[in-house]
Amino acid sequence: MNWVGRRLPRSEDPPLLRGEGRYVPDIAIGARAVRFLRSPVASGRIVALRPPAGMPPGCLFVTGADLAGVSAIKPGLRRFNYRAVEQPVLPTERVHFVGQAIAAIVAPGAAQAEDLLEECGLDIAAEDPVIGFDAALAPGAALVHPVAPGNVAVEGEIRPEGFSEVLAGAAHVVEFAFRSGRQSAMPLEGRGGVAEYDRATGRIRLSASAQMPHQLRTGIAQLLGMSEADLQVVAPDVGGGFGQKMALFPEYPVLVWLARQHRGRFAWVEDRNENLIASAHSRDQRHVLRAGFDAEGRLLALEADILADVGAFSVFPTTCAVEPLMALAEYPGPYKVPAYAVRARGVLTHTCPMAPYRGVSRPVITFGIERLMDRAAAVIGLAPDEIRRRNLHDVFPARSATGMVLDEATYIEALDEAVRILDIPAFRARQRAARSEGRYLGLGFSVFNERTGYGTPAFAARSMDVVPGYEVVDIAMLPSGEVEARIGSSPHGQGLRTTLSQIIADRLGLEPGQIRIIHGDTDRTPYGWGSFASRSLVIGGGACQVAADRLADKLRRGAARLLQCEPADVTLREGQAVAGAASMPIAELARLAHQRSELLSDAIGFNLAETGQYDPGGTFSNACHAAIVEVEAETGHVRVERYLVVEDAGRIINPMIADGQVQGGVAQGIANALFEEVIYAPDGTPLTGTLADYTPPTCSEIPEIEIHHLETISEATITGAKGLGEGGSIGAPAAIANAISDALAPFGVDVAEFPATPPRIRALIRDRAPRA
Amino acid sequence: MTEVRFTVNGAAQCVEVEPRLTLADMLREECGLTGTHLGCEHGVCGACTVLMDGLPVRACLVFGVQAVGADIRTVEGLAAPDGTLNVLQRAFQAHHGLQCGFCTPGFLMLATWLLEHPEGVDEARLRDVLASNLCRCTGYQNILAAVRAAAREMGVWRG
Repeated sequence: MNWVGRRLPRSEDPPLLRGEGRYVPDIAIGARAVRFLRSPVASGRIVALRPPAGMPPGCLFVTGADLAGVSAIKPGLRRFNYRAVEQPVLPTERVHFVGQAIAAIVAPGAAQAEDLLEECGLDIAAEDPVIGFDAALAPGAALVHPVAPGNVAVEGEIRPEGFSEVLAGAAHVVEFAFRSGRQSAMPLEGRGGVAEYDRATGRIRLSASAQMPHQLRTGIAQLLGMSEADLQVVAPDVGGGFGQKMALFPEYPVLVWLARQHRGRFAWVEDRNENLIASAHSRDQRHVLRAGFDAEGRLLALEADILADVGAFSVFPTTCAVEPLMALAEYPGPYKVPAYAVRARGVLTHTCPMAPYRGVSRPVITFGIERLMDRAAAVIGLAPDEIRRRNLHDVFPARSATGMVLDEATYIEALDEAVRILDIPAFRARQRAARSEGRYLGLGFSVFNERTGYGTPAFAARSMDVVPGYEVVDIAMLPSGEVEARIGSSPHGQGLRTTLSQIIADRLGLEPGQIRIIHGDTDRTPYGWGSFASRSLVIGGGACQVAADRLADKLRRGAARLLQCEPADVTLREGQAVAGAASMPIAELARLAHQRSELLSDAIGFNLAETGQYDPGGTFSNACHAAIVEVEAETGHVRVERYLVVEDAGRIINPMIADGQVQGGVAQGIANALFEEVIYAPDGTPLTGTLADYTPPTCSEIPEIEIHHLETISEATITGAKGLGEGGSIGAPAAIANAISDALAPFGVDVAEFPATPPRIRALIRDRAPRA
Repeated sequence: MTEVRFTVNGAAQCVEVEPRLTLADMLREECGLTGTHLGCEHGVCGACTVLMDGLPVRACLVFGVQAVGADIRTVEGLAAPDGTLNVLQRAFQAHHGLQCGFCTPGFLMLATWLLEHPEGVDEARLRDVLASNLCRCTGYQNILAAVRAAAREMGVWRG
C-alpha cells in the first residue's frame, strides 16, 4: 500500500472542527493578564514614565528599568556592511516606532489591565520621524540609529566588470521602476504567549503562538541570562503564521521574566490593532530595473537597484537583511541572465520592523522581472509568452547569475501548458469584442521559480550569526507497534502530521494512523528550526524518511532473527514482516523487542529508536501563473475572472494538502496585488490599524483557483519532493498586474505599484481616452 | 456584576459578569467554551460567529448581558456527544476546508445558519453569506466546496 500520493484526509482536523483545538488564548484563561503600553509617537525621547496612581493589589507595572540585566535583541550578520542595530526589550531612553512596547501592566484580569493602561503616565519629547525612503536617504537626514550612517542597515552589491558595456551595447534597453506597498502577514490568530513558573522544578513553560519554538527558547534564555534547560517553549495549535511568527518579539522575554520574577502564570494575547501596527510588516520596497535585450528578445544584461524599508529594528534570528538580500540573490529567477548587476539596501525608518512574510522578497522581484518581460515584449514586438520562452532556462542543472544551482525543473513546459489550457487566440478575440463595448479584459502571466527546502549551506552563505537549515527526527516504535516521530519542524496549519505520517507509513509498512507526529515542544522534540521557507515537508520529511528507513532496517534485522532468515529477505508491508512464506506482525516484533529482549538484543540492541538527520542543498520548484481580469474603467475596480496555476513541486505527498497550500498562497498573493496595504501618515502614525482599513479579501474577491501539476521528481531531495508553501503568493502579484496592464493597454498605461487599488488604477487612466 | 441566565447548546447556564464583558469573552472565560475564537474584536473577521436565537452574530460585538434568556449555539454543539462529526464538519474535513483551524468555528456556525435557513442554498447565496467571514489560509475555495457538499448531502442545495 502506497500512502504517499494519496489525498488522505488530515488527522489534524477533527478536534479543530469540534472547537477543541488549544491555541494560546485558550491557555491564557485564568492567568494574570499582561498588556503593553505602546508608543503613540514614531520617534522621541522618553521623558517620564509613571505607573497608574494607586496600583491595586496584584497589579504590576514593569519598565525597561526593571529589566536591567536583560540584554537587547541584537541579531547578527557578518557581511554586506550590516549594522548591528539593537532593540531593547523595553526601551528606557528612546522610542522608534508607533506601537513599540514601552512598559507592561499586569492585572488579575484583562479588562482591569486595559483600564490601568489608560492610567499610565507617559511623556515623550517627540521628534520628527524618518518615514519613507526619500526622507531616510536624504543628505543630512536624521539617523534612526547612530550605528547606521545614512540610515542604511545593510548593503549588498554585485557588479561584474564590463557590465555597463554589455548593457549599453544591447539592441533594446527597457526600464521599469516600481514600488510594492507595505503589507502584513496578518495571521488570523495574532501573537500571544503564556509563561508559567513551575514551583516544583523551578522551570518555566512558555506557550507561544510561534513558528520556531527552539529558537525562541535559545534566544530568550540568552537575553535573560537564564538556564536554557529551565525554559520549555511550546507552540500549541497556532492560528497561522506565514513568517510573522518566526521572530523573537520583545513581549516574550517580558513574559518569561515576569514568570521567573513573580513565580506565577502570566499571559499576553495581542489584539488586532497590536498585530497590525506592532508585530512585523513586510514587502515595503522600491526597485529600479534596467535590462538589455538583443534584437530577438534575448536578455543580455539585468541591472537592479533595490531599496527595502526594514523599519526601526532588526528581528531575531533572521535579521533585517532577509528581504534586501533575498532580492539581491534571486532576481534573475528562472531566466538566463548572462550579466547581472545589483545593489540592494535595507533602509531604516521609524516604522514597525520587517520580518519574513510568505515568499519574502520574491513576490516583489517576480513582479519586477515579470512586468519587465511584458514591457520588453511590447517594445520588441513579441507575445508575452514568446519572450519568456526565449529566456527561460531549459538545460539543467543550470547555474543562476548569482551562482545558485537550478535543479531539474519545467519552466518552459509549465508556460506551454498554461498557454495550451488558456487558448489565447480565443481570449484575444473575446478581449477585442469586449473593448468595442468599452469593457477592458486582460491576460497576464507570471513565470517564476522558488528556492525551497534549502539547508545549512544556503543559509550559511548569508553569513547570519544564527544559521538555520537541517532537521532532526527522533523516531521510536513503542511495544504496541505504534510509532512516535518527534520533529524539529513546527507546523501551524500545513497538515504536516498527516503528510509526514504518510511518508513514514510507506517506509515501515504501516498505516498513517499508527504514526504519531510530535512537534512544537522543546521538551519533547529534537532541536530544530521550525516551519518557514517552504522547508518542512522537504527537510523535515526527508529526516523522517531517513529515520524511518533506519528503523525499518532495525525491524528487518529483528524479524530476520525470529524468522531465521537474512535481513535482506524481510519486507515490511501491511503491518507484517514477511520473509518468503514466513511472516509475523510488526506489532509482535515490537513487543518482543522491548519485553523479550533476550531473543533479539544481540541483533538490534534494546530499543526500536533511531534518529534521522537531513540537510539538503535546496531545490527549485516552479510555476506559471496566469490571470484573466476585467478592469472597470469608471471605478478602477478589478475583478479576477480566471486564475490558473501550472506548477511543479516534484513528488506530491498529499495532493489535497498541496492544492490547499497553492490556493491559500494565491489568495494572499491576490490580496497583495489588489487590496492590502499598511499605510503610514507622514508623522509615522499607522492609518491601517483595523481589518476594516487593511481590507483583506473575502470569498467574494478570491476566484476559483485552477491548479495543474507537473511532477518532476527532484534528485536534489531524497523524497523527490520540492517545497510549495510560498509559491502561490510569489506568482500572483505579477500575474494580476500584467493582466491589468494588458487590459489597460488601450490607455497606454501599465501598473508599476502594488496593491493596484481602485484609486491607483483611476489615477493611471484619469484624463486618458482609450485608443481604438 | 450582572446575572445572566441563558442556554448554550441546549444546556442552561447562569453566570455573573460585568456589563462590559462581550458575549465572546463570556462564552470563553465563564462557560469554558473556547471553540469560539477572537480574530479581530472589531466585527470584521467573523471568527467569533455564534448563533443567537437562530441568527448568526459576531460574539465580539454583543455584550454578554444582551444574551439574557437567549438560546446560544456554538461550535461545541455541532458534533455528537461522543465526538462524531456532523455532516458539515465531515464535509470540511473531506474537502480540506481548514488549515490552521482558527477561523473554522466561525465559518462552521455561519454555514450552519445558511444550511438550516428555509430558503436553501445556491451559488450566489453561498458566496454572499460566506463573504461575511475571513480566512487567511485556505483561499476560501475549499470552504465553499465543503459547504456546497454539505448542502447537497442535506438536500438543501438549489444550485
